[in-house]
Amino acid sequence: MKALTAMASTVQQAKTIARPSMVDGVRRHLLDLDDFSHEELDLVMGTTDAMREVLSRDIKKVPTLRGKVIVTLFYEVSTRTRVSFEEAGKLLSADVINVSSSGSSVEKGESLLNTVRTLQATGTDIIVVRHPHSGAPYFMARNLERTGVINGGDGWHAHPTQALLDLYTMKRHLGSVNGAKVVIVGDVTHSRVARSNLWALRTAGAQVVLCAPPTLLPQEFLSGEHLREGHSFGSVKVETSIERAISEADVVMPLRLQLERQEAGLLPTLREYSKMYGITKNRLALAKPGALVMHPGPMNEGVEISPDVAHGTQSLIEEQVHNGVAVRMALLYLLVGSRQKSQAQGEQQ
Amino acid sequence: MNGADSILIREVRLIDPHRGVDETGDLLIVDGVIKQAGGAVRNGDAPPGCHVIRGDGLVACPGFIDLHVHLREPGYEDRETVATGVEAAVRGGFTTICAMPNTNPAMDNASTVEFVLRQAAAAGKARVLPIGSVTKGRAGKELAEMWELAQSGAVGFSDDGSPVEDSHLMRQALAYAGGLGLPVLQHSEDTELSHGAPVNEGWLSNRLGLGGWPAAAEETMIARDISLAQLTGGHLHVAHLTTRGAVEMVRLAKQQGLKVTAEVTPHHLTLDETWALGHDKDGPLSGPLGPEAYDTLTKVNPPLRTQRDAEALVAGLREGWIDAIATDHAPQTVIDKLVTYDDAAYGFSGLETALGLVLRLVHSGQLDLNTLVARLTTGSLSVLGEGYAHLTTLQEGTTADIVVFDPEKEWVVHSDEFASKGKNTPLEGITLKGRVTATIAGGRIVHSELAEVGTVGG
Repeated sequence: MKALTAMASTVQQAKTIARPSMVDGVRRHLLDLDDFSHEELDLVMGTTDAMREVLSRDIKKVPTLRGKVIVTLFYEVSTRTRVSFEEAGKLLSADVINVSSSGSSVEKGESLLNTVRTLQATGTDIIVVRHPHSGAPYFMARNLERTGVINGGDGWHAHPTQALLDLYTMKRHLGSVNGAKVVIVGDVTHSRVARSNLWALRTAGAQVVLCAPPTLLPQEFLSGEHLREGHSFGSVKVETSIERAISEADVVMPLRLQLERQEAGLLPTLREYSKMYGITKNRLALAKPGALVMHPGPMNEGVEISPDVAHGTQSLIEEQVHNGVAVRMALLYLLVGSRQKSQAQGEQQ
Repeated sequence: MNGADSILIREVRLIDPHRGVDETGDLLIVDGVIKQAGGAVRNGDAPPGCHVIRGDGLVACPGFIDLHVHLREPGYEDRETVATGVEAAVRGGFTTICAMPNTNPAMDNASTVEFVLRQAAAAGKARVLPIGSVTKGRAGKELAEMWELAQSGAVGFSDDGSPVEDSHLMRQALAYAGGLGLPVLQHSEDTELSHGAPVNEGWLSNRLGLGGWPAAAEETMIARDISLAQLTGGHLHVAHLTTRGAVEMVRLAKQQGLKVTAEVTPHHLTLDETWALGHDKDGPLSGPLGPEAYDTLTKVNPPLRTQRDAEALVAGLREGWIDAIATDHAPQTVIDKLVTYDDAAYGFSGLETALGLVLRLVHSGQLDLNTLVARLTTGSLSVLGEGYAHLTTLQEGTTADIVVFDPEKEWVVHSDEFASKGKNTPLEGITLKGRVTATIAGGRIVHSELAEVGTVGG
């Protein structure tokens, strides 16, 4: 066995390839934030500022996406993501069509592939998809030649538009998140919000601490495997004590805890979780004065967050929803409105 | 050249692990029987009409035996039939294949076994040895009629695709099959720990947000089964083992003298979990994910593991703790893979790429060619028994079951060229080095890409 390490492996080494960026106006899909540079994040943040200005107008509608068709395709229930995408599209004058798995041919057993090929054939410019299976938006992108895909949340994997609105909200209040301590508390293993936030916050230079009982944290983080060279979430810290995690934090972000985790044997009871990890006034006092409280929603008040904190002065939870509309307007503009021009230029070259 | 039965291959490298032979010489087959293997065949010894082939750069060895093939018939003929499966086998150099019983109905009864044997006889080509199921309907509740299955031709028992989960039942299976002198081939998976998770647990499952299938789900069951093999004296064969810890446990069991054997697949030896991130013609990609990520063609059970695991498997194969290479050929339809990763069917169509994949181990210096050939041929005898030795030898006087291959020939995998109905390979567009050029089974040339130089007296 000892000769092994010295021996060349036949397992091929992976190589990295460049991905298209909105900075060059050539991005068609928004699948996750792992391929976002500083510049691309800045472009989205700046464009979101402009969209917030539109939202503050008395008549908050612009003709930017007139003649464009946006479909929201939701295989899971959603309030804020679906509504904010629909509103964002409509404020930009696009035609927005909502398709959900109930009430469509999905109920007749139509496959995801045939559904999205159909939507492409009807002339859809971009599909916003929410799907319970990780990777579903990648599968769609692989099988669509013209229509773009925005990931509105896939399984446990990614929720990039949520992470962008979180980053935007943090930046508005902290100025820069570079060096800021962001504590994410809760069910990281099953959280697409946490994973996309890890990418955005890593690129923005934040110091991320994950806090939960070990049964809710990915084995990779618990074993420290992620600290090895070349692994994805290299700088993330893990802390099982809420008091130590929250100490001197700039941002505290509890995640929604689902009852299924108790049923799956990951937790004794929600009650015990709440006592150990719930964000209360007393615990929040350990963070920096004026630390930001954020939550991706929907909340289980009294479980992962106490009602007084959820609705207290440090809470930005409603502002997150508002910023979510502006961020999605910015993304639709950058992916559908401004992309076409630069692509047409590209084709002429 | 189909159906011809007298062949002379000049100056070919002859490797016969059964007799410990590795030499360059001539190979003469007359009327389907090996007449001479080694030395120079005099012109007068070859009968008139005998095909003559130049063997420079080629290797001739006993036909490969594959302990683990899913032929899908009866029940899933859209995925594979016995006829297409054996055609794929001989293109891959396999002259004998063991057919797994997860058909519909399952091979838990004599008439289904006899049906598969009839289909195989009608197809000709490779020899098919059926594996009977351990339990009725592969349901894991009651033992199948193993004696009758053995009478009708079953060479071992397995509920493959599923493990025999119940410890009591597994004990009885090892004991009962042991009484018949036959092995139980276990698919080692504690499904409470893997609960249908599609990828290896670790950084990759975290990266992709997919359920993780931990190494421990395989290793805990192997540990239990080794204890049960010790208790009963039965023969445990660990199918498709994939982890470093599994190799270690099999090694310890063998060192204790237990009747424990193991097989490993070409893909677990040579690919790792990163293939799920997508690949191009040069291999897997890393870095930010793109549309090629979540490649459902990489979904297989057990999942592709880490590079460390693959290295331990190669070492286990080299040192002999792992007895044989088996493909776990698992053809699926195109539609069953054209879905999300969670929904996709498990498995690779593996018969036709096996040799090219495992030759990577030889080309990279990790394994010598003789050892590789032994694990593809005689290795399976530790599972099937020495009674099958005549199926994998160059012994003169034996009916020819022989594969001829070119270890240096490069070719690009195009699944639409497969004989198998299963186009589900993770290797589409990848260049492999090493290709089967001819297969002779039961004394007949059943596959050939060889250029003939002439015939004797023709």
